[in-house]
Amino acid sequence: MQKTLKKYFLVFILPTLLAFAMAFIIPFILGVYLSFCEFTTVDNGKFNGISNYINAFSSGSGFLSSLGFTVKFVIVAIVSINILAFGLALLLTKKIKGTNVFRTVFFMPNLIGGIVLGYTWQQMLNAVLLQHGTNLLAKSTFGYWGLILLMNWQMIGYMMIIYIAGLQNVPTDLLEAARIDGATGTQTLFKVTIPMVMPSITICTFLTLSNSFKLYDQNLALTAGAPSHQTEMVALNIVNTFYGRTGYSGVGQAKAVVFFILVAGVGLLQLLFTRKREVDQ
Amino acid sequence: MKKKLISTLLCVSMVATMLVGCGGNDEAADDGNAGTETEAEEGDDTEAEEGDDTEAADDGGSASAEGGKVYYLNFKPESDDIWQQIAAEYTEATGTEVKVVTAASGQYEATLTSEIVKEDAPTLFQVNGPIGYQNWKDYCMDLKDTDFYSWLLDKSLAIEGEDGGVYGIPYVVEGYGIIYNQAIMDKYFATEGAKAASMEEINNFAKLKEVVEDMTAKKAELEIDGVFASTSLLPGEDWRWQTHLANLPVYYELKDSNATDLAELEFKYAENYKNVFDLYINNSCSEPGTLTTMDVTSSMAEFALGQVAMVQNGNWGWSQINGVDGNTVAEGDVKFLPIYTGVTGEENQGLCVGAENFFCVNSKASEADQAATVAFLEWLYSSPEGKAHVTNDLGFIAPFNTFEDSDKPTDPLAQEVLRYMEDSSKTSVSWNFTIFPSQAFKDDFGFALGDYCNGSKTWEEVVETVKTRWAEEKAATATAE
Repeated sequence: MQKTLKKYFLVFILPTLLAFAMAFIIPFILGVYLSFCEFTTVDNGKFNGISNYINAFSSGSGFLSSLGFTVKFVIVAIVSINILAFGLALLLTKKIKGTNVFRTVFFMPNLIGGIVLGYTWQQMLNAVLLQHGTNLLAKSTFGYWGLILLMNWQMIGYMMIIYIAGLQNVPTDLLEAARIDGATGTQTLFKVTIPMVMPSITICTFLTLSNSFKLYDQNLALTAGAPSHQTEMVALNIVNTFYGRTGYSGVGQAKAVVFFILVAGVGLLQLLFTRKREVDQ
Repeated sequence: MKKKLISTLLCVSMVATMLVGCGGNDEAADDGNAGTETEAEEGDDTEAEEGDDTEAADDGGSASAEGGKVYYLNFKPESDDIWQQIAAEYTEATGTEVKVVTAASGQYEATLTSEIVKEDAPTLFQVNGPIGYQNWKDYCMDLKDTDFYSWLLDKSLAIEGEDGGVYGIPYVVEGYGIIYNQAIMDKYFATEGAKAASMEEINNFAKLKEVVEDMTAKKAELEIDGVFASTSLLPGEDWRWQTHLANLPVYYELKDSNATDLAELEFKYAENYKNVFDLYINNSCSEPGTLTTMDVTSSMAEFALGQVAMVQNGNWGWSQINGVDGNTVAEGDVKFLPIYTGVTGEENQGLCVGAENFFCVNSKASEADQAATVAFLEWLYSSPEGKAHVTNDLGFIAPFNTFEDSDKPTDPLAQEVLRYMEDSSKTSVSWNFTIFPSQAFKDDFGFALGDYCNGSKTWEEVVETVKTRWAEEKAATATAE
């Protein structure tokens, strides 16, 4: 069997490899190359050294301020999404009537596209804020909390499903042993359950981290950076740089490369950190 | 043994479908990007073969319109149907294949960027003026020797390159101003103590302000919610203010300094801009604090439903007004008023008339395709059938001498534009926003106006933003070249 599998190894891996190369590796290499060029389209790049990178970090480009906003957003989003999703998962693994219905309902927002969600929430939040004589784009704090709210609403269901799967895998004999030993509910939660679902926590924090960092659709539809770029996240800033002025596509590209390195770095650190806390059953 | 054979076959077929799937996906993605795509040639076998034959002949070196193909990347989603129809008709008449793809709204640059590097690239596309040309100059062909250029009435409208060649030709002239509803105005003129007796009396800002403020005071009597439609300031919906209205102060500043471009904007007509902007937001059907939630479509709907008497927009807005369900505005009541801002001598000011849509022919296309593209344009703008499409279906005011008086569009706003253009006592304001440094500048201007309406920026801060961002963006785009 092993031998046969080895023989067909290439046949099985080839389609995926081809697709991966076409959709990811080639564009990525091209993208890195173009970040050192001035270009309009992908095949008329003229090499111009690191000037794109210098421009990317110049004060007028807004890259650092959008990065600051993104970091603020990411921290709050990760914490709130994971705590709420975990809480819901705990509730829905208790024996309550209709858990399946609730699970479906909470999961559903995740099936709606980001742009649609952004516009829907814009309408809803404005409906409330207009009652108080203001609107979503009047202050950056409105946009900030609007984004947090939206992101929570969208991501909680998905993370909840992952946590539920994790919780269902916690061996009942461990929980029973804890109860017999006289552990309180809180003790069981922190000393038994959470260490046992650490793999789920790793996945969920990674997903929320990378999704929050790369957030674009929702940001564009909800505030588009208003007021005055104060709610502009990095992905939106990159697109605005790319199309915002003639001859700046290379600068946008350079920002994208920096952004990739940053997200990959933070993601890897987070994986290393949470992996260490995982225990074997 | 048999089992093995079957599994191998399965493997092969799986790989095959995967690969086919990839190819198919590519197409589908294009469709998603590009909106709609229809080839005029409906896969007719014999014709396709003919096409192949002539192409083979072309490789032999003969360069003519024969065998060339036209691929037009259309900018206006609302006219996609018409362009498809024109393409089909032209193919039927001449046998030249014409493909029209329409970019989704606001996605033209992005679509063009990805389409133009393909083997089957657009042969005909458009840029939005000198700034857009700078981005696409590697792809623009010199059109100086074409008949199409020779027909252009005002040669100064075309985009000229540094080498004196002609790289972009405007294909439509448009105008904008304040659109008003004559029926509501007549109702106002009949009220007691009206500040004016007819629209002719309103020929400067002071009078406009007086009338508008009096109308606001009488809005219950006039059965309107406000004089002006909402000043839409939602990001992406603010071009009527950061581009069109902003044209006026820039126009006067350029006129004063006798320049065609400015590295730094003094914005010395900022007060005039504020005059009319304040008038818009304070006499509107919406509170200033709600304007950053409004879009253009809703402003046009407010006008069409008779809730407001005036809205600033251009002649392209007619289709929007006409298309609103429950539209109460009669066709004969839709008129234009120039945008008065309180500049001395503005009594003679006309509408803002100009062009920001320029045809460019792809310089990297094959010679046969280029010739076919020029031939298509010349057919469209000189043959009776082509001209009928241009004026009646597309509703264009075409700036070419091949168009007679009988070839002019019939919609009320286009006629108003023509009326102002032909009135020798009025001076049209040219479109100078083609020299606005970048989209980033316009966006930031729009943001600043939004902040001003929300009360988080003072007017002085708005002026400061405009001045510094103009200078920064001009400098940034200058060094990037």
